[in-house]
Amino acid sequence: MFRRSEQDKRPQVQIFVDGVAVAARQGDTVSAALLASGQDARRSTAVSGAPRLPYCMMGVCFDCLVTIDGVGNRQGCLVPVAEGMQIEIQKGKREIGK
Amino acid sequence: MTVAPKRDDYDVVVIGAGPAGLAAAATSAEAGLSTLLLDENIGPGGQVFRAIASTPVTDRNQLGADYWVGADLVQSLCASNAEVIQRATVWSLDRNLDIAVSIGGASAFVKAKRVILATGALERPFPIPGWTLPGVMTAGAAQTMLKSSALVPDGRTVIAGQGPLLWLLAAQILRLGGRIDRILDTTERGNYFAALPHAFAFLTSPYFAKGLSMMREVKAKVQVVSGVVELSASGDGQLASVSYVAGGKRETIAADLLLLHQGVVPNVNLAMSAGIEHRWDDLQLCWSPVLDASGNSSVAGIAIAGDGAGIGGANAAVVRGRIAARAAVEVLAPASAAKLPAMATLRADLAKAERGRLFLDTLFRPAPQFRIPKGDTIVCRCEEVTAKDVLDSVAIGATGPNQLKAYRRTGMGPCQGRLCGLTVTELMAQARGKTPQEIGYYRLRAPVKPITLAELAAVPKSEADVKAVVRG
Repeated sequence: MFRRSEQDKRPQVQIFVDGVAVAARQGDTVSAALLASGQDARRSTAVSGAPRLPYCMMGVCFDCLVTIDGVGNRQGCLVPVAEGMQIEIQKGKREIGK
Repeated sequence: MTVAPKRDDYDVVVIGAGPAGLAAAATSAEAGLSTLLLDENIGPGGQVFRAIASTPVTDRNQLGADYWVGADLVQSLCASNAEVIQRATVWSLDRNLDIAVSIGGASAFVKAKRVILATGALERPFPIPGWTLPGVMTAGAAQTMLKSSALVPDGRTVIAGQGPLLWLLAAQILRLGGRIDRILDTTERGNYFAALPHAFAFLTSPYFAKGLSMMREVKAKVQVVSGVVELSASGDGQLASVSYVAGGKRETIAADLLLLHQGVVPNVNLAMSAGIEHRWDDLQLCWSPVLDASGNSSVAGIAIAGDGAGIGGANAAVVRGRIAARAAVEVLAPASAAKLPAMATLRADLAKAERGRLFLDTLFRPAPQFRIPKGDTIVCRCEEVTAKDVLDSVAIGATGPNQLKAYRRTGMGPCQGRLCGLTVTELMAQARGKTPQEIGYYRLRAPVKPITLAELAAVPKSEADVKAVVRG
């Protein structure tokens, strides 16, 4: 859906998406890294389970909700990637203890 | 970056580091006022100057000169002694000018003598059939990824809607080597005639030459379909095609990505939750705060600058930021005001920056069928409520957006009405034969962004606070 422009010379950052290593770039948000990864990053909604991807990328729509380092319901578009970050695609509502 | 504010109280707290907030904070700090700038994003710039300090798009022509203006604003801010905290989400502001802000999962509280709200704009909801499908995003979302991560659309891409941002985004995508298969222009034909009386101001504004050259640049490379009167997205769990009607003919094209845009509207949540009076703007079709010429709102001590004060664009936002900050300096440190540009000069700058706006507002006024959906089209994305659901609720007695919450939970999901509020107001107004002003808006309350109960529970509390809620 998206690809990186060749001029992007930022250093790579390795993150894990549902346990699979993904190469992100320093300064990417979690959502941008997911959309650039080519992986299926669709979450499912808490209400009907419908699949969704980020819509606004600016912190207002909450369709980028994702579990980051064990914490659910994070807005992936507002969180920068960090080396070794563990991302889980959130299916349905946030679970207790996450 | 995730550090709490250094002090408990400030002369001026500015919320939002877009064009207005950057200008306001720099002006206030330069005049010697203790100034705190809080911003939710990773870096300064807001949406228009997003990633200005970190963008990997280094060829300056690709993002354009208007973008790089932001670098000067950031430089002025850094040269001042304003305290700046990024990734700081303000979740409460009240009429005592007490501010609650979430930073790195913990809340801090600061008090201000003056607050300048520069929370900017967000894209107007574009509720068409299928707009919740993965693969449908806003044009602004694509631009955010382009600016901050040099990402460009790769698959079959359709851009649909209207307004200056749409053309700017298309030009930027093409400059970075991205793919656009078709642009569907939804500008209503009648708008061209309606906008004509305002054409002179526009033709003599900087928007005109820039806009024209950008449209030429895009039209040379992409098929543009104008007069689109119907639009929908479909697919099974993922966008597969876009269908539209133009010139009486329906066409369906395969697509991987659909980027929607029909202008921007003020992001009112924090301002409304502070109790600031807003009124329905019949031209811009959104809620705008009631402000005086210096940006002061109906709540004493809170001013609003930038697009949150009514859509005026980045240049106007910068000037409005300076005006609001100067007004704060005049009250808190009158002797220092002499160091700043005179108010009359700033007001003249603002008039210049706002030139041509009336033309753009009239020309790009979105058509009713793209604002007020029908049938199974989702209105509230969070709670998955359709237009029919809303109308059914009206039929059995829901009178306005706040009653509708009890019927359908519209606006009660995490986005707190940001993506459905305008649609709900207009839909209910139409159904009940009332004006949007009469129908009103959601009553917004803190926290204006979701925070966890654990974060609330960890807030420092006095013995009196505990006594107030604990029995015995």
